[in-house]
Amino acid sequence: MKISKSPWLLHYDGSSCNGCDIEVLAATTPRFDVERFGIINTGNPRHADIFLCTGGVNSQNQDVVRQIYDQMPDPKVVLACGICACDGGIFKDCYNILGGTDTVIPVDVYVPGCAVRPEALIDGVVKALKILDEKAEKMKKGEYRSLTSDEYAEKLYGDPQEAVPEASASGDKEEKNAG
Amino acid sequence: MASKRSVIPFGPQHPVLPEPIHIDLITEDEKVVEAVPSIGFVHRGLEHLVTKKDFGEMVYVAERICGICSFGHGYGYVNAVEHIMGIEPTQRAKYIRTLLFELSRMHSHILWLGLMADAFGFESLFMETWKHRERVLDMLEWATGGRVIFSIMRLGGLRKDVPDEILKSFLPELDKIEEGIRACEKAFLSDPAVLSRLKGVGYLSKEDAISLGCEGPFLRASGVARDNRMRGYAAYKDVDFDIITSDDGDSYGRCYVRIQEIYQSASIIRQCIEKIPDEGIYVPIKGFPNGEYMTVIEQPRGGACYYVHASGKKFIERMRVRTPTFANIPALAKTLQGCDVADVPILVVTIDPCISCTER
Repeated sequence: MKISKSPWLLHYDGSSCNGCDIEVLAATTPRFDVERFGIINTGNPRHADIFLCTGGVNSQNQDVVRQIYDQMPDPKVVLACGICACDGGIFKDCYNILGGTDTVIPVDVYVPGCAVRPEALIDGVVKALKILDEKAEKMKKGEYRSLTSDEYAEKLYGDPQEAVPEASASGDKEEKNAG
Repeated sequence: MASKRSVIPFGPQHPVLPEPIHIDLITEDEKVVEAVPSIGFVHRGLEHLVTKKDFGEMVYVAERICGICSFGHGYGYVNAVEHIMGIEPTQRAKYIRTLLFELSRMHSHILWLGLMADAFGFESLFMETWKHRERVLDMLEWATGGRVIFSIMRLGGLRKDVPDEILKSFLPELDKIEEGIRACEKAFLSDPAVLSRLKGVGYLSKEDAISLGCEGPFLRASGVARDNRMRGYAAYKDVDFDIITSDDGDSYGRCYVRIQEIYQSASIIRQCIEKIPDEGIYVPIKGFPNGEYMTVIEQPRGGACYYVHASGKKFIERMRVRTPTFANIPALAKTLQGCDVADVPILVVTIDPCISCTER
C-alpha cells in the first residue's frame, strides 16, 4: 500500500480507564514505532488528520469530543480505540456513560480490545490511511465534505434540540437522581 | 503600575496530558498567582456497577478503574472482600500478587519518567525510557497474558499459576531493565539542561506536604517516610526493603524518589522469586460476603483506600475507592502558585496524575 501523506494523529481520552491511552502512546514509541510511516502524535486538533478517541462518551466530555472533531480540517478520519469507544464496553451500564464515540461524532474505523493492543491500533491506523486517501480524492472532485458534529447529531437523532441522548437512557433514572 | 491578571485555561485536551484535567491558571504576566483545578471529564459511575455485577465479576471492573495501576485496584478490592469472607490465600498466591504488584509499579514509574521527559521537552529520552518499559510489559505478558489489564486476580487467589521457569526468566530481564534505567538516570539526575528545569521547581515543604494530605512519592520527595507497604499486606512482610525519601521537596526530588523505587521494586521481585513456595494458588470460596472492611494499599502513586460494604447477597451494597491523585491535587494547586507558566506542565506531571482513578 502506498502512503501519500504523512498523517498526524490526535489523541483524546474520552472516559477511558487509561489502558488504551498508554497503548496509543506506546504505539508511537520504539518497539511499535508508527513514526516509520511518517505518523506523528500531535497535540493540536488543527494539525491533525486522524482522531484517536478512547473510552466512552459521558455528559461532561461530549462537548470536548465534538469541539475537537469540528476543529479538525477535512479530510479527517476518526478511530474508536478500544471496546469502550466502540460501544461502551464494560462501562456500558454505568449511569454516566452515553455510549461509544459514535453517539456524538461519526466513526470510520472501530478497533476493539481491552485494552487495545498497539499492533491492532497500527492496523486500524493503516486502514484509516486508506479511508483518508479516498476522502481526499472525493474532495478534489468536490463530491465530499465531512459532517459537522451538529449535522451528525441531526442525522442520528432528528431534532437538533434533542441532539444528545439523556444520560439516564443507558443507566437507570432513579439511581442517577439519587447519585 | 499594578499588573493585569488574565486567565489561561490548561486542558482538558493538552499535548502533555494523556488524560483530561482542566486547570484555570490565573496569571500576572508570566507568573501563576492561583490555579483552580476542575475535574470530572472521565467520570463513569463505576462504583455504582456493584449493583449490576456480582461480587465475583466486580474484580474485573475494579481492575478497570485505571489501566496503569490496574493490578493494584484489583488487589485492593479482592483484599477487602477476602477479609470480609475470612479467606486466607495461599503463600504462593500472595507472593505472585506481590511480584505482579511490583512489576506494575515498575512499569508505572518508568512510564512516568517518559512523560516527565516529554513534559520538559526531551523527546528522545521519552522514547528511551518507554523502550525499557516494553521489557516490563513483556514480563507481565509472559506471566498473565495481558499487557496493561491482566485479569489474573480472583477472590481466593489467582486465576492461573505463574510457572517457575517464567519466574526464573525474569531475573536476566530485571538486570537489563536496571542497566537501561541507570543510563537514563544520568540524564534525569545530572544533565545540566534537565536540572535547570527540575531543581527548585515546585518546592513543597515537609509541613505543607503533611497538612495538605499528600500521598506516595510526592509525599516522600518532601522528606516524609510513609509507605503503606510497611503495613505488610500480601508478602511485603517477608521481603526486605526501606522507604525511599528525598529532602529536596522539588521536581528533582520526585524524579529521584521514583527512579530509586524502580530499583527497589526490582529488588523486591528478586526476593519474591527466591522465596516463593511451591503450593496451590487458589482457595475455594463459599457463600456471599457479609460485613464491611476498609483497606489501604500502596499504589504506584500513593496510598489508596478501598471500602466494601456487603450484606450477604450476591450484589455488594457499596464500594468506595479513594485514590492518591485526589489527595495530591490540593498540593498541586499549592505548588502551582507562584510558578512560571512554562513550568505548569512539569508540575502537573510531577504528581503523576491518574485522572481515571480519581474520577472513576
